[in-house]
This record gives sequence, C-alpha cells and structure tokens, in this order.
Amino acid sequence: MGPSLDLFTAISPEGAWSVAELTRRARSVVEAGLPAVWVKGEISGFKAYGSGHWYFTLRDKVAQLRCVMWARDTQRLPAAPTDGLQVFAFGLPTVWEERGEFRLTVRHLLSTEAGGLWQIAFEKAKAALVRDGLLDPARKRALPPYPRRIAVVTSADGAAFGDIVAVVERRWPGAELLLVPTRVQGDGADREVCAALALLSRIPRLDVAIVGRGGGAKEDLWTFNSERVARAVAAVPVPVISAVGHETDVTLCDLVADLRAPTPSAAAAAATPDRTELLTALDRWAGALTRALAAPTRHAGERLERVGDRLTSVTERIMERFGARLSAGAARLDALSPLRVLERGYAVARDGDGRVLRRVAQFVPGSAFRLRVTDGEIPARVGET
Amino acid sequence: MTAPEGRGFAQDLERLEQIVRRLEGEELDLDDALRLFEEGVERLRAARERLSTAELRVRQVLGTQAGKLQLGDIDR
Repeated sequence: MGPSLDLFTAISPEGAWSVAELTRRARSVVEAGLPAVWVKGEISGFKAYGSGHWYFTLRDKVAQLRCVMWARDTQRLPAAPTDGLQVFAFGLPTVWEERGEFRLTVRHLLSTEAGGLWQIAFEKAKAALVRDGLLDPARKRALPPYPRRIAVVTSADGAAFGDIVAVVERRWPGAELLLVPTRVQGDGADREVCAALALLSRIPRLDVAIVGRGGGAKEDLWTFNSERVARAVAAVPVPVISAVGHETDVTLCDLVADLRAPTPSAAAAAATPDRTELLTALDRWAGALTRALAAPTRHAGERLERVGDRLTSVTERIMERFGARLSAGAARLDALSPLRVLERGYAVARDGDGRVLRRVAQFVPGSAFRLRVTDGEIPARVGET
Repeated sequence: MTAPEGRGFAQDLERLEQIVRRLEGEELDLDDALRLFEEGVERLRAARERLSTAELRVRQVLGTQAGKLQLGDIDR
C-alpha cells in the first residue's frame, strides 16, 4: 500500500510522496476529470516508429500538447500527417508517468485541409506512380473490339457484378464472363483485390478485365486509392477498365487503368460491342458483298460480249469473201435447173407413181400418164397404134 | 448449322472485309470471284449465327490449382 492520501501527511518532509506516487495520482486525476475530447492544433515534431506508433506535438500560439497514437489506430489512416498540418485530434488526456508528461492518447486524426489525410496519401502514391511511368498516357491499351472472355474483379455480393451481367447479356451474349470475387472494402481489402488482379494473368485467353465496385462512401473507395492496388492494375496483362462507381472522385485505380468508367454498367458497355448495331453492320456487309460480286460478273459479261462481237465480224468477213463465188455458182446452178429446161419448151412425162418415163417401151398403149410443162401438169393417155 | 468454334466473330468480319476488298479491287476471273463470294456468304452466315444464338456464360474463378484454373457456377 502507498502512503495515505491525506494531504496533511504531506506537509512535512517525513510524509513526502514518491515521484511515482504523485505522477500516478496526477494520472488518475487527469483521466477521471477530463473526458475524451477533440483538440484542434498544428502538428509539429512528428515521428513515426517502425512499430507503427506515432509521436508528435499539437500546438497553437500559446501552448503545446504531447501526443501519442498507437499502431492499432494509425494503421486505419491512409497517410501520416506532416509537420505544419492543421488537424483535429480525438483522444484521451492522460499523464505519462515515466516522463511525468501530460499528453493526449490520440485515437483518431482528421486533417482540416480539403481532402485531409486521404488527399496527402493520394498525392504521395500518385507521385510514386508518375515517377515509375505508370500514368503515362502511352501506356493505355486499346480495348479489344470483340472480346470472348471478360474477367470481373469485384465483390460477389454487391450490385456491381449483377449490373455487368445484365449489360453484357443484352449487348454481347457471345462472351464468357468470369467473376474473380474479392472483398472491396474494409481492412485488408486492398490485399485481396491485389491477389484477385494477380490471378488474372493465369486466366488463359482473357481479352479484357473490369475492376471495381458499386458506389460507396468516400472512405470506402480507399481500397482503390491504394498504391498497391494501382500497381497490381498496371501489371494485368490485358486491358483493364476501372469502374469504382464514384462520379466525382477519381481513384488511383482509375488513373492507372486503360479506361475509366463511371459505373460498372458503363464499364460493361465499354468492354463490349452492341449486337444490334453489329447485325445492322452485317446487313451492310451483305450489300457490299453483292455489289462487289457485280464487278467481276460485269467483267466476265463484257468479255463474253467482246468475243461475240468478234465472232460476228469474222463471220461477216467470211461471208463477204465467199459471197461473190456463191452468186456465180448460183447462176450456174440456176441454168441447170430442170425448170429452165421446161421453159425452153421441153416436157417431162411421169406415170401415176411419179416415175419419169424416158423410153417408148415405158409407154403402154391406152395407159394414163402426166405431162409436166413449164407452168403445170396435164393428164394424158397413150394412143392405140 | 452453328458457327465454327475455332474462329471468332472478329475473324469472320475481318475475312469478310478482305473478300469484299478483293472482289472490288482485283481483276478476278468469274470462278475465283464466285468462290470468294460463296465464302463471303458463309462468313456472313456464321457471323449472324454468332450474334443471334449466343447465350452468355457466367462463371466464377475459385482459384488456381497446379496452374489450372478452377471455375465454379454462379447462381443467377
């Protein structure tokens, strides 16, 4: 037991307290008398230890307050504050007995500047990515026009994946959608997202990937602002569309991705062609194909026509050459015609069967025969001798 | 008849473009032209087939085991 806490016992040197006793007493008084409070001030003398604990001083124009923030609390913050930063610190006033020091055990820290610590962390990580060339516009890859295999890195529970399925089903149902499930918020989500992204390189014949989540509070987007996730996105071997579902805040993941889409649905639309448009395009191709065939067909037709023309002219020349000889021959043929002979006064006698009667013996007395003269036939009869 | 598995819509469309360009641009004899035309019609048919009969496949990646992808069905 320590000495009596009766103040009267301390009025003589005999009743002196030990340093430990007084500081412990001071600690109980402070802890009992001062509630957890928000304190506003400027950071100075900031020091972070390997253990994850932070030590710093909060000060204003008049006074200073020593502060400690333990690792279990600092790890929830995106970045360490820097000296000169104006902050709100929430914590428990106490006395650190070993040093006899009045101080604040800080549980939470907010920067009063726009974006606060998140912004600091963002800028730091972004600078590192810029330095490594990961934000170079030349790195951006074109999306494949007709993807067959699409991977989606997102939560299996959220609305994001359902939205993507609906859009792809309508626009480009010939594809295959592979969900690579991962938590997208909460402690350690960044590591899980990185592992899921790393898995993409082991999916054969992958054409494009979508990484993201539905909308969320600004703090919930932190996973996609982690430098580690951004680097994992950059390492994916196929084009990546980022869809973090926040219209106003651009995340590091958005910056590194080959395309940033405002929502998971928009990402799905960007990743796929539209079937209806393609069917219309195919109709145009059908027309083009038919028109294209017209040219060779016309060429063949023209060749046929040319050959035909030549055939006709050759025939005509042949006819011309032989025409004269032909008419001479015709005149001679004409002269030999029996009709011309009959014209000169000859007649031909034929029996009832049409046989020509050439000799006297063929004329039987009293029999009928026919006599052909130049302008017709006459029935005749052989006379009795 | 379904569209050939080995090639994709992109290949069909690309070949179709090529065929139309050749038909338009080259002095082809009628046999070659007709042969190309027929192939073009076949490619068109295959491409249309892919667009009209396709049914979206959705699965989830469970992980990899010995370098092989483990896939699982998803309730939709």
